[in-house]
Order: sequence, then C-alpha cells, then structure tokens
Amino acid sequence: MLNVIRKIIATGTVTEDWNAAAPPLRSRGEVVVTETQCQDCQKCSEICPTNAVKVNKGTVTIEQNACVFCGRCVEQCSAGCLKQTSNYQLATLGGRLADDAGTALKRKIRSVLGRSIHVRHVDVGSCNACDFEMGHLSNPIYDIQQYGVDFVASPRHADLLMVTGVVTRNSIQSLKMTFEATPFPKLVMAVGSCACSGQIFGESYAIHGPVDSLVPVDIYVPGCPPRPQAIIYGIMMALDHPRLRRTAAL
Amino acid sequence: MFEQLNVSAADLRESAYTVYQDGQNGLMAMFANDERSINGNYAIYCVFQRNLNIVLIKATLDPNGVLEYPSISPRIAAAAWYEREINDLFGLRPVGHPDLRPLVLHENWPSDVYPLRKDFNVSTLVPTAQKEYPMAHVEGAGVFEVPVGPIHAGIIEPGHFRFSQAGEGILRLDAKMFFVHRGIEKAIENLPLGKAFYQVERISGVCGVAHSLSYCQAIEEMAGVKVPPRAQYLRALVAELERLYNHVGDIGNLGAGMGFAVAVMAGARIKEAIMRVNDALTGNRFLRGMVAPGGVRLDITAELAGEIRKLLDDLEPDFRGLIKLFRYNDEFLERVNMTGIVPRQAAVDLGVVGVGARASGIDVDLRRDFPYGCYYDLQFTVPVYTTGDVAARLWVRVDEVYQTIGLIRQILDKIPQGELKVDIPPIKPYSCGFGWTESSQGSNLHWLMVGENNTVYRLFVRAAAYPNWPALTVAAPGNIIPDFPLINKSYELSYACLDR
Repeated sequence: MLNVIRKIIATGTVTEDWNAAAPPLRSRGEVVVTETQCQDCQKCSEICPTNAVKVNKGTVTIEQNACVFCGRCVEQCSAGCLKQTSNYQLATLGGRLADDAGTALKRKIRSVLGRSIHVRHVDVGSCNACDFEMGHLSNPIYDIQQYGVDFVASPRHADLLMVTGVVTRNSIQSLKMTFEATPFPKLVMAVGSCACSGQIFGESYAIHGPVDSLVPVDIYVPGCPPRPQAIIYGIMMALDHPRLRRTAAL
Repeated sequence: MFEQLNVSAADLRESAYTVYQDGQNGLMAMFANDERSINGNYAIYCVFQRNLNIVLIKATLDPNGVLEYPSISPRIAAAAWYEREINDLFGLRPVGHPDLRPLVLHENWPSDVYPLRKDFNVSTLVPTAQKEYPMAHVEGAGVFEVPVGPIHAGIIEPGHFRFSQAGEGILRLDAKMFFVHRGIEKAIENLPLGKAFYQVERISGVCGVAHSLSYCQAIEEMAGVKVPPRAQYLRALVAELERLYNHVGDIGNLGAGMGFAVAVMAGARIKEAIMRVNDALTGNRFLRGMVAPGGVRLDITAELAGEIRKLLDDLEPDFRGLIKLFRYNDEFLERVNMTGIVPRQAAVDLGVVGVGARASGIDVDLRRDFPYGCYYDLQFTVPVYTTGDVAARLWVRVDEVYQTIGLIRQILDKIPQGELKVDIPPIKPYSCGFGWTESSQGSNLHWLMVGENNTVYRLFVRAAAYPNWPALTVAAPGNIIPDFPLINKSYELSYACLDR
C-alpha cells in the first residue's frame, strides 16, 4: 500500500492538453500536392498500396481517407510535386454532421449530447493498431475523460460508436446488431484508413467493405493508425467542442 | 538445417508420426498450397522442429482423386486447428479429425466454396449461407453457459468465448475466432512482392515489425541477397522497441484484470513514452515504415540514438517502481499465483510458443535457437519459469523487458556504418522459403512461394497467436470466471495475427 501511494505521489500529474505535443520531425501525416510540374509519369499512383493517389492529365489527387501515409509516392515523385507533412488533423464530418446536412438536425444532435459523450468501440476487422490508439486515449497523458468522453461497455449506453477496421464478412452481423442496439442519435465514427475507405487489402472474399457500406458514418478519422490526438480532434469536431474552437481562434 | 521429405498424402500420417516421435519434435506449422498449375497437385506442408533443425514434410494430393488425407490430429494435438483451416480454405478433408467444425469461415459461408484454391476468383460474389455454428458445451444438472463477445466490454479485438459454468467455476471454454479474418493471404496473391509488403505490415498492429521482418527475410533468403549490417542492426532495433512497448503495456494492463488502476496507468504512461520515441525514429507510433525488403528505409541520427538512450535511462527506474507494486503485494500475488495454469505437457502438445511456452518450462527463443540478422552478435539470456500460471507469464515478460533494454543499448553501441538497402533481384519463379522472427508474443513464421516476375504466389502466415490461442482453453477450466480476464491478459494474444 505504501509503495502504491509513494508511486502516485512521485509521479505527479502528467496529463497534457490534447495538442500540446507536436508530432516529431519524421512523423508521417498528410501528403499534400504542391504546385509544380507533374510529368504525368504515374509512378506515384502505381506505387500506392491502397490506390489513394490518382493522376489525371498532370493533376494529382490524394484520397485522404484511403491513404496509409507510407510516403512511397513522395519518394517516387521525381518532379517534387508531393510533400509529406506531419499534419494529423484530417478528420472530416459526413452524414448528419456534414456541412451541407440539415442545420436543425445537427443542432438537435449536438444539444442532446451536450459536451459529454459515451463511446462504444466496435472492431470489425482492424489490425489492432487503431484499437490500441483508442486504448491510449485513456492513458494519463491524453486522459480523454477531461473532455467529457467516456468509454462504456454496452452499445445501449453509447452515444457514439467508434468503429475500427474494414468490415469483414464475419463481422457484418455484430456491427449491424451493435448499431441497432445503440439509442438515438447514434453517431458513428470510422477510425483509421481501413474503416474510412476499406481499400488497404483490395478485393478479398472475406471483406465486405468500408464501414459506411453497412452503416451511416458521421465522422471520418483517417490515419494508419490515427494518433490519439487525431481521434480527439475528430471527437471535438463532431461535438463542436469549445476547446477546439479556442484552439482554432489562437 | 533444413530437411525435406516428400510423401503422398495417403502416407502423411505415418511420416508425420515418425518425425513427431510422440512429442519429441514439435509441429511448428501446417499449411496447404494449390500447386495444380505448377505440378498438377495440391500440397500439404508440415513443419517440424527436430532439435535445432527443421524437418519439412511435403505431401502431395492428386486433385482428380478423393480430396482427403489421413488426419494427424489424433496424436498431434497442435495440428487440430491447421487441419480445420485447410479444410475450410482448400476443401482438403482430414479423415479421422476429432473435431472438424469450421474454423476460419463462419456459418455465413456456403459449403463447397474454397477461397484459397487458385480457381476461386476474388471478385466472385459468394452468397450468404444460414448455417449453424455449434459451440462445444457441457451438459448436466446446474450447468449453464455464459456467452462473451464478439463485442467485448473493453477496447479489445473481437472473439466469441463460450464458458460452460458450474457456479463461478469454469468447466469448459470454447473459443470462436476469426471475426477479423480479412483473407489477406488471398488478397496479396499475384501482387508484386514490394507492394504486398504494405499489406503484410498491416496484418497486425502490435506485431507489425515481426510480420514485415519475417516476410522480408523469406524474400531475401530466396533472392540470395545479404542485408547490409547497418540495416540488420536497425531492424533489430525496431524489433526490440516493439517488444519493449508491448511488454511494458501488457505488464501494466494485467492490473486491469483486477481493478489495480495505479499499475495500469503506470504501464500506460511508460508505454506512451516509448510510442513517442517510436514516432520520432520511424515516423509512425507502431514503427511502420522502417523495414523494407532488402534493408531499411530510414537511418538513425546521433540525436535519435541519444533520445532512445535517454528513454531507456528514464524508463528503467520507473519500470522497476512499477514491478515493485506487484512483487511485494500479497493482494496481487494472491490473484496471479496458481491461476490459469498450463502444464508443460499441455504446452508441448499444443506447440505453444513465446512467452506462454517460456512460462510453462519450455526453453525456446528463435533469436537464440535460429538466429537471424544481427542476433549472432548480441548477448542476452532467455528467461524460463516452470509454474505455467499467470504469475509465470508476468515474470517472463518482466525479465524480458530488462533483457530488451540491454539489447537496445548493445545495438546502439555496436551499430556499424554502411549501406541501408540492397535491391531484390528477380527470383526464380516457384521457389519457396521461410522467414521467421521472435515477436513479442513468440515465434512468427512466414512461408512464401514466389510466382512469375517477383509476385506473391502464396504466403502462409503463422503468428505466435496461432498455436497459443488453444492454450487458453486449457488454462481457463478449473478457475473462476472473474479470473479469465487475468488469464487472457497474461497471454495477451493478438486476434488480428491469428485471423489474418
């Protein structure tokens, strides 16, 4: 017992603000297209393991939801059109929270939830990296509870389903039943590139597709895996959280 | 080091039993391959370890005859899941198998469709079947069942457990797995080796380095290239960092099985420090992007080496403090001692590997027994405990953390200068080979057959989780159901590694 108390006191408080730690220099985040002369060589689209990079008549587009941030396209580009940044704030809103969705419904959902949200995790075919990053949200450094977010054991207690992985054939039933068991407004977040795009493994007899091929998705958080900060950013965006607005104002 | 026996499928049982020697030489893996376009046959491979040698039995099966062979499971328990998998994916039936329920393909998959045969097109729309999936159970007065999963209460991967209970005591446990079966082995067929690497790296998050290393080493062996020494050291560095963050996280997380929050948080805090150094070194918190076929993609700078040294210097006393919370804590020891015992004989029969094996008195570690990369030059010891309980698996991990810290320091001290990568030349079509690593969970084995123009013809992946999962069904009975989370966390097996 004394050892336990000693350890607690010696450690002190280690919790950080969600965006306090800047990603390190090498950290691979968003790949951006810079304005240079694309030679239309197609090397970037050929090397991409998830077909996220497309080149059409000298214009390169990158589907952020499918990108696994491996950086192979950047290495291949001899014209220097592509640049890898460390940006992880890539979450986008869709479904009922999208920019063009009905304002009244959006307002209603947000007023029902307030600033507190209960989350149920559903793994439908993940490699477990996303799952572990979700687990890390509860560590004392990120301490997701400080933002009013808590993980619950049953979908019946949940406002938000955080779904990781491509929907496998063997997981279709469990995702459907979990979604049905969740009460309104049942927001769904696709966590990671597999859940967002379902493209990493290509065609397979065992894969149904991305999460939105089975249930409607309101928040997309790409990344392979998305770092805990990227997931917190996605949750805050969905809630229109004042702490996010404050950061944006700075 | 390698010895291969070629037999016909009808003789497989006899040869396998001869090599097995009643458990003297364990079965490491068993898999099938559709070689009809190469030599007109299906092939079933059995990999045995005989002392420090590998014996490979290749049994060929004529596709025009009856697609069955005598099962080797009656005497070799470790073969039971492999044979069920081959039956599901190839439709090659093991005659005399004691429990031939589906394993990989669930009740939604129609009979008579075998996805790993070469004539199965991945674009085929397979109809949804409405079959039953029978779970093993116990009958009798007062016996009831507790179904758990596939969606669990915590943030973990999916699996369905069916407990047969008499009161709090577990009588029997059956596990239905493969919920995250993504069919990766089929999905990467015909892809160029370099491109398939990214799917292989993503078989499992926490064993990403182990999988990518096994895969690359299989390629390099076949191509006959030698990875530059500097790259070998950098590979060992990320492999040991992977072991370190997993072990530290798993040790802390054991506390979650008994509501010991201080330990959970201490483990999570130390793990986060390691994850951040991973990110600084490789650009990814799970160390993705370092290993590549032929070498490594990134170099280490003096600054990064300093950062890793500082991490270890800070981590060591902090980690010792965490272990102190366990070692002299009677309430904790009461829960872990004598809980979830896997006796040595059961571990041998099931072919258990890694932490689970070393906690049940089996002295194995591929880094020492079949060294690869730069492990020839590094000094470390392999901890072995004999009690086979939750505590033993914890202490194995604890000892390994200190060994790993020592290994990382040695790597940083000894790392030579030089090239980072060599090119992979064209590989002779239809050559095949093994690659292996010791992941944080145990031995990780890949068998690769290369097709035309350096593409994947067939990759078989046997992660440490594969032989270790059945051990849980041995460990649980006889304990009370609240101890199952502890037993499960003491193995901390990856579902994604098993399911692929």
